[in-house]
Amino acid sequence: MTAILEAVSLSKHFQAQRGFFGGGGSVVRAVDDISFTIEQGKTLGVVGESGCGKTTTAKLVLGLEQPTGGEIRFEGKDIRGLDAAGRRHYRKSIQAVFQDPYASLNPRMRISSIISEPLTTNEKLPADEVRRRVLNLLDLVGLPSRAADLFPHEFSCGQRQRIAIARALALSPRLIVLDEPVSALDVSIRAQILNLLRDLQAELNLSYLFIAHDLAAVAHMSHDIVVMYLGRIVESGEARKLAREPKHPYTEALFSAALPSHPDERREEIILPGEVPSPLNPPSGCRFHPRCPQAMPQCGEQVPELAAVHGRMVSCHLYSPGARPVTQPAEAFPNA
Amino acid sequence: MPFGTSPVSEAAARSNNAPLLELQSLSTHYVSAQGTRVVRAVDDVSLTVRSGETLGIVGESGSGKSTLALTILRILPMAARIVSGKMMLDGEDLVEKSETEMQHIRGKRVAMILQDPMASLNPLFSIGDQVAEPIRVHEGESRKNAWQRAIGLLKSVRIPSPETRVTQYPHEMSGGMRQRIVGAIGISCEPRLLIADEPTTSLDLTIQAQYLNLLRDLQRAHNLALIFITHNLGIVAKMCDQLAVMYAGRVVESGPVTEIFNKPVHPYTQALLNSIPRMDDVDRRLTAIEGQPPDLASLPQGCSFAARCPRAFDRCRVEVPPETRPSPGRTVRCWLDGATEAA
Repeated sequence: MTAILEAVSLSKHFQAQRGFFGGGGSVVRAVDDISFTIEQGKTLGVVGESGCGKTTTAKLVLGLEQPTGGEIRFEGKDIRGLDAAGRRHYRKSIQAVFQDPYASLNPRMRISSIISEPLTTNEKLPADEVRRRVLNLLDLVGLPSRAADLFPHEFSCGQRQRIAIARALALSPRLIVLDEPVSALDVSIRAQILNLLRDLQAELNLSYLFIAHDLAAVAHMSHDIVVMYLGRIVESGEARKLAREPKHPYTEALFSAALPSHPDERREEIILPGEVPSPLNPPSGCRFHPRCPQAMPQCGEQVPELAAVHGRMVSCHLYSPGARPVTQPAEAFPNA
Repeated sequence: MPFGTSPVSEAAARSNNAPLLELQSLSTHYVSAQGTRVVRAVDDVSLTVRSGETLGIVGESGSGKSTLALTILRILPMAARIVSGKMMLDGEDLVEKSETEMQHIRGKRVAMILQDPMASLNPLFSIGDQVAEPIRVHEGESRKNAWQRAIGLLKSVRIPSPETRVTQYPHEMSGGMRQRIVGAIGISCEPRLLIADEPTTSLDLTIQAQYLNLLRDLQRAHNLALIFITHNLGIVAKMCDQLAVMYAGRVVESGPVTEIFNKPVHPYTQALLNSIPRMDDVDRRLTAIEGQPPDLASLPQGCSFAARCPRAFDRCRVEVPPETRPSPGRTVRCWLDGATEAA
């Protein structure tokens, strides 16, 4: 198994509410010290609620934001150390499909120009070769070749998302960042796009970074899942195992809140109190502790480390007995 | 009254009483200014809802589910007309009511929760004013008393420290809290029927779980009839007793939720249920429904789903299938199973 992209202690902090003289501003830790690996030909799913940092993570991977800490390694090399040719190769190898195909396609461009734009800016190709590639790409995403000469408004939502996928595939990338690719689509169209993405992955040996709030779709698409809460990874591991028996109390609550697929399906519901706190002023210690049904005294004081638990990474004091308890060692497990 | 093969649940027992709302062959069309284009947004829809029962209406965008909700409240845009049918609420036909009479029904006997709480709350009025408004309008309460009741309502939708929240404005609340406030306004005059149109689409997953639980508790406490309009079959599975599946303005299948999930009759319902990813079966290939929903302004001659239906035959493309009853409490519009059994 070869890793195509690795994030090592990646952080992105934003300055917010700068003072009048530009100082004393507070910092939003949108992404705080996260590490993950995307394997060749596999899908890494990222789940979490709004404000958890999943879109910032996508932007960091795409190079749209510069990390304030940590590094991203692509094919084993830190992307900040790349020369001009290396950076060009990196940008060509990583493409994106966004949520809203109404916003991501220019209404004034014909489909052929939309799909060929990455080709013409990155590679010097004769016009008939460009045309041939566009038709190939349209065929790959299941659109007729006459689509090339039409405009985006002549297509339905699902077809537009196919066009966006064709554009992402134009430069034969190795990794595609999928940020909520089916949320804007109708139920009957979603399955079409999810199937298409899975087929393309098998055919082209693509890797995906799949971001979505629909847990069933993420579980369906992903090989591995990362669960984020307020900028940190709380749990990561093999998708099926993680979905079936979550370890972190937040993952547990999140997956118990996922909607059932059958009315007779009764699972234990964990209703979390309160709401996600502001990332401007995150809680001390474990950021989840104010809402956690199993919070212990040390949770508010100590940040739990991401540690291996049964072949999975979990960041929770419940699974780290005696993990350098500083204040109240005796009460680390009051209910144990 | 037999309820098919489903276990007789609490809801089924409760639903033995007379229907609270009964839609009979209801049709709402949008007509363009010249009268040349007619969009059949709601076409010949018959449904019933009973007190204490939840009816889920699912459909894709453009299936007419939201127009149906607007029709029940008679808050349709200018271009829309209720062209035929009846809406019996407690034995009174809402179609026949005058606008003044409807004003006494809206918010009092039938209330609605919309998708976007920021758009349904007025940013210039305090929460207390907005929650108290229907109480003052419909029940003629004084401002002071209405505010007192507003505080109680906020407490019942689990807003922490309602005494201070009541004087605040919508921008000071989070999305989940705003949606709960809209819920408080909805139940402020103790309506018999609450219509919720995609109420949780803008909410996060754990907040959605909180909100759905709240709605269910409110329903039990007030013996409300609830109409849940959604595109999400998961919400239907979790919340609803009865289900109506809409496609291109028509109800193609309806009946008790468990029965439809266990044995869908209409090919569209079958395809819809097979197209959603499931947590417990991630290797299964999803069944995609090929093609697009039809344009409501130029519906095909026969069954609207025929063009996408894997089992369509000649008759489907010529004649619109009538509503038939494959078993008690269920209806379906399809030439396949329904027609043979009804004949």
